[in-house]
Amino acid sequence: MANSEHTRRTFFGLTGGAAALVIVRPVDATPAMLSAAIRNVVGEANVRTGKVKLDIPPLVENGNTVPMTVSVTSPMTADEYVKSIHVFNEKNPQPNIGNFYLGPRAGRAQVSTRIRLADSQKVTAIARLSDDTFWSATADVVVTLAACTEEAI
Amino acid sequence: MRIALCIALLTAMAGAALATEISLDQRRSGYSFMSADTKAMQDEDTANPGMLFVLDGEALWKRKAGSADKACADCHSDARVSMKGVAAHYPAFEKTLGKPVDLEGRINLCRSNHQQASPFAYESRELLALTAYVAQQSRGVPIAAGDDPDLAPFVEKGHALFVQRQGQLNLACANCHDDNWDKKLAGSPITQGQPTGYPLYRLEWQALGSLQRRLRACITGIRAQAYDYGSPELVELELYLMTRARGMPVETPAVRP
Amino acid sequence: MPSALINVPKKAKRGDVIEIKTLMSHIMETGYRHTASGDVVPRDIITSFTCRFNGIEVFRADLYPAIAANPFITFFATVTESGKFEFEWIGDKGFSETASASITVE
Ligand code: HEC
Ligand code: HEC
Repeated sequence: MANSEHTRRTFFGLTGGAAALVIVRPVDATPAMLSAAIRNVVGEANVRTGKVKLDIPPLVENGNTVPMTVSVTSPMTADEYVKSIHVFNEKNPQPNIGNFYLGPRAGRAQVSTRIRLADSQKVTAIARLSDDTFWSATADVVVTLAACTEEAI
Repeated sequence: MRIALCIALLTAMAGAALATEISLDQRRSGYSFMSADTKAMQDEDTANPGMLFVLDGEALWKRKAGSADKACADCHSDARVSMKGVAAHYPAFEKTLGKPVDLEGRINLCRSNHQQASPFAYESRELLALTAYVAQQSRGVPIAAGDDPDLAPFVEKGHALFVQRQGQLNLACANCHDDNWDKKLAGSPITQGQPTGYPLYRLEWQALGSLQRRLRACITGIRAQAYDYGSPELVELELYLMTRARGMPVETPAVRP
Repeated sequence: MPSALINVPKKAKRGDVIEIKTLMSHIMETGYRHTASGDVVPRDIITSFTCRFNGIEVFRADLYPAIAANPFITFFATVTESGKFEFEWIGDKGFSETASASITVE
């Protein structure tokens, strides 16, 4: 699991763990670690909300493997395209999830992967466009853990 | 709140009388209880991490091993032909041992008797990969385990284990998987506990795992002492579950939460 | 020898935007877990993934421990000529794997 929690969790969430339940809703505040990681990528540039779509299912069954798709509105032509997409989280031990570098040849500015979210937290995707403007989307993801959890190694 | 609900549900289950077996037209794979995203992961081979193990199994199938210096392929040639439908009949009765063996056990018998190699450990990547590769050849084939009359007493033992209350929660497998499969426990579907997809990729494990591993997790869940890997009880439970799932298609390698 | 699964269409028309799907077997051990005796399980992840078409980079990714085990990455590419996609995964403990897939563009 992505987090460092290793307490023995009992079956059926009698101690509170239950099916992985992820609820996505819009958010605002940005905690320090997340914003530091974001500054690393964007520098002093302004990050605007928009153009980016962050798809995480409203209900996932396990925080170990959460499907995620980021797409950016862009014509993807030689002079107007998405350079890169950066995905961050707030509460895993490390704020970065992945950096994805595309270019005009991608044809479509969209990447999908599977991520680990073992705790309720914010996920942010930021796109850098060819004109070096930054655009973002954020989702607040609520994760509760799965039933039938076995011992850690 | 959720804790209170859980306990209430468990108590209700423990109180209920055991129902009879699920009829054929009502049998539902764990697949049908999953979210669209998890289904998609199982449906498409390039998205299904279980297929990575199947690929490993295919490579192992062709690799010579043991002092006999023979590969599985040397005796069984093309698995797509020789192994088609085999997994749907397991566990099967093994005359020399006078008891049923599951697919993992059968493969290990070939390791020791025919390849003269040491058997693979339970849940080792090799054994899971080979089992997944062999079982995948039965994908879509209806389960038809338990036909052999020699198996009858073992199916009965497995059934007895299935309906026997055990553990600190004093629950039988049947309390959940026969009587309450349409309900949820702390938000997650209970399901019928059908063994159609093993070995399968469980998101919780982030790896492939055997039916025995799954059963051990459920037994630990009711706070009972789990039987050891390879123990007669686990094979009997596997056998009973496979006869209970007769007619359902094999899904290996399935994906489950 | 870890396995990889690649999905690239065999054929496309000039200028088509195709979807590429990749699945690589890897435990993606985060480096944040402990054994029962309290020792840290050392990090063992894939850190970088690259896709080149006829030698030119078309997609690249930096991966972190928050990427799920057996990394699955899908992305798009515009194809203008026949050729070969080459995929490369690099990670901790000297992990380095490659795969390739050809496409015919009509
Ligand atoms: C030297 C020949 C030989 C080799 C090598 C061999 N097997 Fe077998 N296998 C047999 C024979 C013979 C049987 C029939 C049962 C028996 O006599 O053990 C069998 C039975 C089986 C069965 C059960 C088939 C059924 O219809 O029930 C499976 C599954 C199987 N082998 C898998 C494997 C795998 C996997 C390997 C490689 C790890 C392997 N075998 C290697 C000879 C071989
Ligand atoms: C208190 C209820 C409960 C009891 C008792 C219980 N299980 Fe389960 N079992 C579950 C739940 C819930 C799941 C699936 C959800 C999950 O994975 O968290 C499950 C999953 C399974 C699966 C996996 C099904 C699939 O789709 O792959 C099998 C097989 C299984 N159980 C068998 C058993 C057996 C055999 C026993 C008795 C030894 C048992 N269970 C006891 C609740 C229970």
